[in-house]
Amino acid sequence: MAIAAKEFKSYLFSPMAYIVTTFFLAVTGLFFAISPSTYNETSISGFLSTWWALLLLASVLTMRLLAEERKLGTIELLLTAPVRDSEVILGKFLGSLGILTVMLALTLYYPLLLWVFGDPDGGPIGTSYLGLFLLGCTALAVGIFASSLTSNQIVAAVVSGGILFALWFLGTAAQFVPEALGNVIGFFSLSQYFPDFIRGIIDTRSIVYYLSVTALFLFLAIRTLDNSRWS
Amino acid sequence: MIRVENLTKYYGTRLAVDNISFRVEKGEIVGFLGPNAAGKTTTMRIITGFLAPTRGNVWVAGHNISSQSLDARRHIGYLPEAVPLYTDMTVRSYLDFLARIRGLDNDKIKTRIDEVVDTCHLEEYIDVIVGKLSKGFRQRVGVAQAIIHEPDVLILDEPTIGIDPIQVSMTRQLIKELGKEHTILLSTHILPEVSVICERVIIIHEGKIVAEDSIKNLSSMISGTKRIRLEVEGPSKKIAERLRKISGITKVSYQDSQYTVECSAGQDPRAKIMEAIVQSGWSLLSMESVEMSLEDIFLRLTSEEESEQ
Repeated sequence: MAIAAKEFKSYLFSPMAYIVTTFFLAVTGLFFAISPSTYNETSISGFLSTWWALLLLASVLTMRLLAEERKLGTIELLLTAPVRDSEVILGKFLGSLGILTVMLALTLYYPLLLWVFGDPDGGPIGTSYLGLFLLGCTALAVGIFASSLTSNQIVAAVVSGGILFALWFLGTAAQFVPEALGNVIGFFSLSQYFPDFIRGIIDTRSIVYYLSVTALFLFLAIRTLDNSRWS
Repeated sequence: MIRVENLTKYYGTRLAVDNISFRVEKGEIVGFLGPNAAGKTTTMRIITGFLAPTRGNVWVAGHNISSQSLDARRHIGYLPEAVPLYTDMTVRSYLDFLARIRGLDNDKIKTRIDEVVDTCHLEEYIDVIVGKLSKGFRQRVGVAQAIIHEPDVLILDEPTIGIDPIQVSMTRQLIKELGKEHTILLSTHILPEVSVICERVIIIHEGKIVAEDSIKNLSSMISGTKRIRLEVEGPSKKIAERLRKISGITKVSYQDSQYTVECSAGQDPRAKIMEAIVQSGWSLLSMESVEMSLEDIFLRLTSEEESEQ
């Protein structure tokens, strides 16, 4: 996948990725460090409370993926090369997923510290990372969709941030409407399924939810790309 | 190599390309000529598969660009009007990426990069970041990416726009060179360029093809009427009147002692003109037959089109 490789490399060579990583590690590290006083347990709960940093990070990482192609005109090369639109989008997705995985791997020293200084429960930590990874996939897919809509990177970031936080807080909103309706709305919320992973539960529904939202937004991005031919 | 049939493209309700058909045969260099916003770029974008046509069909190397898009695209090298470059990559990595997405075999990529860098004279710049190159070199990188996968067909949209005159002539040389191995369709609104590079020209205006022929035929077809330019010493009015009486001359215009005479097709009244002038006691200082330039043809075609509407 030439496109995935190219995107991954261009992250490594751009200052943006390093700034974002630094920010991400600083924020998550801070929350992790103060967590013993908040949670009073040997866990990475403090780190996990920074889910919002992950959403921001994904928005910033993906904002340039297609918006910049439009701005530079290189979109003409991608759309006239003998590759399918779906390959373009998947390539972009895998490239950004690669860099996100690296960033998550860099946070692994939080649990390592716990093992050095205490005796944490490994199960929930493992499932938490699975949850973070899935949430990350979803956020990247939303970001790529937003980036496919515009040639302006800032607009792309704001749109994807908007969609992600709206999806997250659907869960909160669900509490304020009649229960039946609330349950339905809750099913669509990003935040509905995350706590399970933190508690160490792997529920198939959760995995299916995150993967299908990811697929949905990647599909929308592919449609948007194809649609630009018909303008 | 390229076959366009009844191609029509609307942008919303605006008609950009109006039912055009043409062919480009293997090995030809064809100029696609027209004023700005005539529909050149739109047509090229449809041929390359970047835009979908509203109606009509395009075949490239025998593959339909809509139904067998990937097969058709494999045969196309495309240089869009605004040279599309990833400004943060080096020339080498840029070419490497494009070779890969165009499906070039892994083991061939390195040699092909060396070859196109050689063809486009980019040797010294191969490890320079694309964003730091001057416009002329960016253009050459653009040409290099278009030929990296050895396509049969090259589509070049305004390949010499915005670069300095020396580089323009280098680029033209390069295109002629490429024309030996590739079928080329290039668009331009610069007339001399067409007569320098192309063998055949398609003139498009307001989305319609107004003329299509070899440059030679086009000149003689439209000119039909030949032009003669004279310089004569003597009373202007009388000279003009005398010239009008000569058979075969359809129009006489003058300014000071310069006269332009148009004659009907197949006529060469130069001998009669000379005789008439000498007999009347004026002096003929110079006389030359003028080939109608592409510019004249172009203006005539596009203005005729307007007067019809």
